Amino acid sequence: MDDLKQIARETRKDIIQMIELAGSGHPGGSLSCVEIIVALYYKIMRHNPKNPKWPERDRFILSKGHAVPTLYSVLSRKGYFPREWLWKLRKAGNPLQGHPHLLSTPGIEASTGSLGQGLSIANGMALAGKLDNKDYRVYAIIGDGEIGEGAIWEASMSSKRYKLDNLCAILDHNGLQIDGSIQAIKDPYPLKPKWEAFGWEVLEVNGHSFNELLIAFSEAKKIKGKPTMIIANTVKGKGVSFMENDILWHGKAPSHEQAEQAINEIEHS
Amino acid sequence: MAELKSLRDTYGETIVELGKSNPNIIVLDADLSFSTRTHRFKEAFPNRFFNLGVAEADMMGTAAGLASCGKTVFASTFAVFATGRAWDQVRLGIVYSKLNVKIVASHSGIEVGEDGYSHQAIEDIALMRVLPAMRVIVPCCANQTRAVIRFVAKEKGPFYVRLIKHSLPILYPEDMEFKLGQATTLKQGKDITIGAIGSMVPRTLEAHKILKTKGISAKVIDFASVKPIDEEAIKQACDETRGFITCEDHTTAGGLGDAVAQVILAHHPIPHLRIGIQGIFGESGTSQDLYEKHGLTANHIAEKAEKLLKY
Ligand SMILES: Cc1ncc(C[n+]2csc(CCOP(=O)(O)OP(=O)(O)O)c2C)c(N)n1
Ligand SMILES: [Mg+2]
Repeated sequence: MDDLKQIARETRKDIIQMIELAGSGHPGGSLSCVEIIVALYYKIMRHNPKNPKWPERDRFILSKGHAVPTLYSVLSRKGYFPREWLWKLRKAGNPLQGHPHLLSTPGIEASTGSLGQGLSIANGMALAGKLDNKDYRVYAIIGDGEIGEGAIWEASMSSKRYKLDNLCAILDHNGLQIDGSIQAIKDPYPLKPKWEAFGWEVLEVNGHSFNELLIAFSEAKKIKGKPTMIIANTVKGKGVSFMENDILWHGKAPSHEQAEQAINEIEHS
Repeated sequence: MAELKSLRDTYGETIVELGKSNPNIIVLDADLSFSTRTHRFKEAFPNRFFNLGVAEADMMGTAAGLASCGKTVFASTFAVFATGRAWDQVRLGIVYSKLNVKIVASHSGIEVGEDGYSHQAIEDIALMRVLPAMRVIVPCCANQTRAVIRFVAKEKGPFYVRLIKHSLPILYPEDMEFKLGQATTLKQGKDITIGAIGSMVPRTLEAHKILKTKGISAKVIDFASVKPIDEEAIKQACDETRGFITCEDHTTAGGLGDAVAQVILAHHPIPHLRIGIQGIFGESGTSQDLYEKHGLTANHIAEKAEKLLKY
């Protein structure tokens, strides 16, 4: 567990550095899903960085594609591509696009960035797994602002209809979108009863606790006949005091001084 | 260099100004109100602003409903989502019924830069142009933007107004009037005609200067009214000059280039070259790097003009 916490710290430092160097990007929503992605790639998912297209691999879809710095950091640490790529995020000619692109970057499973599309893609992968009698699992992170898109609910009904128990979605419940709190903008509450009413098994965890996340992921593997939604309660901008719970840091790069302060805080956390 | 000003700042200011005298104006956004600047309207008239969240299709349907009850609706988000995600709602709900909805979208083109292709609307003009009854306007400076927004607010029916992220030099006087279907000749010339929209207009004016040093006289036309397009201006240019170039931060398929080509072909074929994105995807990078890569700079335009005349 200490190891995982250290990896989360390193990931957070990468995120800050990447976005600072890129001069643009989305720190808030990247920092809120660090533990989720680290837990999946280090403890839960079956995958092989040497063979990113291994047919038996578990699939991971970042439906809230703007948080891709977190995924790039983890993929690079796992060896999918050289770490030097991180420092050229969003620069012309670099394989690391501002939002995930299937064909540009090893380890990326779907092109996202236009919100609301990832859960349907995950459904397709889960259906293919069933058709091909494969036992891989599909994971998808969706944002709590993103669930304003009707397409998420269209997908949610398909997941239930086709009993996609090989699908586990994670809702990054940080409470904020761009223009304000999710309650003030679209008010998707109550979350748990809603997903339950749509036929999903719903687990709720502290999305920054590896302990709770790991338990929930193994719980989800045991659920049969329906998909699982893990509502991960998180903090947007987690780990950097001046970014936490502040919509201003949804899509803004830190200055050099701010990045230094952020990294200092992360190292001493 | 003329003063730079943001088109979307001007959009925000202008809807507030219009909102004061017209209580019938309603503004909608889809969780991008700080970027599109509709938050200015929200601050001024909180009761006439609705944020639909990350739900563009919902926003366009809501716009249709409001408009059918007599409201004048401005609906804003990034161009890629306004036209792509919500296309069917726009097509059927709004345009087929000729409802009074003004879609004013920001962050069009590869100009968006670092966010990459997912956020770069390079097909939006095409998507809106093909819809009957839809009018498409692409302003190239803040003053023109103000005139356009005032115009669409009082003109009945659907419009698509395409704005961008970065600022552009002021080219028109503050009190200019916008005339639908009328192009503006910014420079007279007798050798070649260069027609442009939006961010490409100032670059075309630069190209005009470069060509002048080479003894080439280029006529420069601003085609802000992409649909309806100024057919007379195109025909006249065909009679007066030996070649036509169109410039746009948009795919050459279905954009300004094709709109002009249709007129040229029907009237008086002269060589026509479409500068724009040539059937490839966008990508991450600074606007400048991407404009360089896609040949959307003054130097590229001048080079192409010279070549076309030799053709
Ligand atoms: C279809 C679509 N509409 C709008 C956007 C612009 N956008 C990017 S992030 C975002 C807010 C997302 O909020 P949330 O899902 O809560 O993400 P998080 O808080 O985890 O960053 C919006 C509106 C987009 N990327 N895609
Ligand atoms: Mg959120």
